[in-house]
Amino acid sequence: MAYKNFILVCGGTGCESSRSDEIYKNLIKEAEALGVSRDVQVVKTGCFGFCEKGPIVKVLPSESFYVEVKPEDAREIIAEQVIKGREVTRLLYRKDKKAETTKLQDIEFYQKQFRIVLRNCGVINPESIDEYIARTGYHALEKALFEMTPEEIIAEMKASGLRGRGGAGFPTGMKWEAARKSPGEVKYIVCNADEGDPGAYMDRSTIEGDPHSILEAMVIAGRAVGANFGYIYIRAEYPLAIERLKIAIAQAKDYGLLGENILNSGFNFDIEIRLGAGAFVCGEETALLQSIEGKRGMPRPKPPFPAVKGLWGKPTVINNVETLANVPIVLTRGAQWFSSIGTEKSKGTKVFALTGKINNSGLIEVPMGTTLREIIFDIGGGIRNNKKFKGVQTGGPSGGIIVEKDLDTPISYESLTALGSMMGSGGMIVMDEDDCVVDVSKFYMAFCVDESCGKCAPCRIGTKQMHGLLDKITKGQGEEEDLVKLEQIGKAMTKASLCMLGGSAANPTLSTIRHFRDEYLEHIRDRKCRAGKCKDLVVYEIDPTKCIGCGLCARKCPVPCITGEKKKPHVIDGSKCIKCGECFAVCKFGAVIKR
Amino acid sequence: MIAGDIEFSSQLTTYIDEWSKKDGGLVMMLHRIQNEFGYVPRAAAEKLSRISGIPLAKIYGVITFYHFFKTKKPGKHRIAVCMGTACYLKGGQDLLEETRSILSVEPDEVTDDGLFSVDEVRCLGCCGLAPVMMIDDEVYGKLSKEQLPSIIAKYRAL
Repeated sequence: MAYKNFILVCGGTGCESSRSDEIYKNLIKEAEALGVSRDVQVVKTGCFGFCEKGPIVKVLPSESFYVEVKPEDAREIIAEQVIKGREVTRLLYRKDKKAETTKLQDIEFYQKQFRIVLRNCGVINPESIDEYIARTGYHALEKALFEMTPEEIIAEMKASGLRGRGGAGFPTGMKWEAARKSPGEVKYIVCNADEGDPGAYMDRSTIEGDPHSILEAMVIAGRAVGANFGYIYIRAEYPLAIERLKIAIAQAKDYGLLGENILNSGFNFDIEIRLGAGAFVCGEETALLQSIEGKRGMPRPKPPFPAVKGLWGKPTVINNVETLANVPIVLTRGAQWFSSIGTEKSKGTKVFALTGKINNSGLIEVPMGTTLREIIFDIGGGIRNNKKFKGVQTGGPSGGIIVEKDLDTPISYESLTALGSMMGSGGMIVMDEDDCVVDVSKFYMAFCVDESCGKCAPCRIGTKQMHGLLDKITKGQGEEEDLVKLEQIGKAMTKASLCMLGGSAANPTLSTIRHFRDEYLEHIRDRKCRAGKCKDLVVYEIDPTKCIGCGLCARKCPVPCITGEKKKPHVIDGSKCIKCGECFAVCKFGAVIKR
Repeated sequence: MIAGDIEFSSQLTTYIDEWSKKDGGLVMMLHRIQNEFGYVPRAAAEKLSRISGIPLAKIYGVITFYHFFKTKKPGKHRIAVCMGTACYLKGGQDLLEETRSILSVEPDEVTDDGLFSVDEVRCLGCCGLAPVMMIDDEVYGKLSKEQLPSIIAKYRAL
């Protein structure tokens, strides 16, 4: 039986929270009600990436790309498209309200993207192993078991130039080789899915959209290293991803692709899921291992590296989700093909979670070497509400801010580090003129204070002290020597901390001081926050020439601290004002001024 | 409360029997306990210690290390305001303050009627919808302060 149409409904977390599950169920129900359930297959897929416009529904073969779909739209999609073969034009993507509808291949968001890691996201049903296999899934595993020796697999990984996508960029093949060469009968493969960077959800979407690729890669790694057991360490906050992994593991076992004697090769490999419990430091590999062992997740000094002495003292390979998702394709398409993508030292692609003050928020994948300008202004569609671009933060709380003049830098591990930031796991947060760099630095530092495990003094004390200084500056009590102190403590922390949490915690502050020293000084000398974010520095006043005395602000004021006679200019009592901004938001005449 | 005062469901008991035999199962057992009670009551931790033989001090150390585990009973409806970076930039802090002010509840506390507790959470992973808030399992995206009273009222009526 051949279907006439396929309807793909996004089942990523973003779209699910905008009721995509209801859309999915309604589509099936309507197809039945209208008697066409034999003509159409409705599939719930992984993330399409274009979260800004979610929930997304795509219809094949016409490639109709519907955005911001509502459950009520299901009937029309079935009645029009499946029965009459006509697109529902009102749901098609348009760049803005007045623009013409755009064909999928012409949507700017998807141009310049190149999908390797997300190859199956938004294409297959992640809960079906058959669909994964139909897209050459488990083909690489077959190759690794029957056509290649472990040494050849490692050689292929090394030749591909694939590097760790979790942040530091260590060559994957070398990691595997070190673990293979470490003596010992028992070895482990660990998948790091403890995505802790606030503002990043690459790994979540990869697992939700294509869980089998991770399982396949772990078995391949096991074969290469000589390990027979693997753990997936995943955040407990990702219930959908955990559920899909459980389904995938059961299916793979059922098909003989996981467990004892895989595909009659004599090779055994099993996988167990272990849940994280909300500790950012557990993204650090030695801390993660402690957590799998059921302990407090505190890092330990390296060496010995986990490849030599890891889980329960045994050689262990720890790879992040995105790194693993690349593995099957390296084997099926070959190292030569893979290494032809990207820059000289950074091969392949990188997935970024593009968020913040940008028009097209979403999950994107681009070849290494793409410039930040292309990502922000072409794919991302530029800054929201025509505001001015201020900076982009990569690497989350461990990275730094990158400013306008550096936007044409091609992205690679080295180039981002040279700019004082880092690749990190792939969070990319865009800030505009309304964001205050001191406030954002304080936000990240508060995060690090909270997440510091407390084992080493530089991080435990340093983050706290830096946060105190930043807090002082945002409250208008800063002194110029505080900047010197911030830089001194930051440098000491960077050098002396036990792990990269403390070693990079100063990055956001140091990079903003470097690029926006004038704004810090403004906070300190003039007690002024030009973005208006630091509440203690903001003063609200009423311009008597513009105020018509309507009294709306006075009624809205929760204190209340606004007084005045009807039809006469009102006055704000600054000593009582709590700076909530209600009056500013509500005034229709622009009479309330923020400065 | 005296240790042993607390009842474990048969599924929980089976789970603990299974996982206490595995290496490093403590975190997983605590997850399961929190799943059943909504937090980790002291009595449950004491009972776990007796069944598994893990010292109570070690269990307490693990519970307090991880943000996910709660030692206080949360409200009937758990409100989680996302404070990931994307949400923070788009006004997550304002949402948090407004929610706490509407319910007049402090951090780590429950409203007097036991209905709500408000937590700030790291990142719910729907940054495309920022700012985001989650009540129980329902996610509310692209929120503004003005929408909060009606959303909360919905749960009051439940």
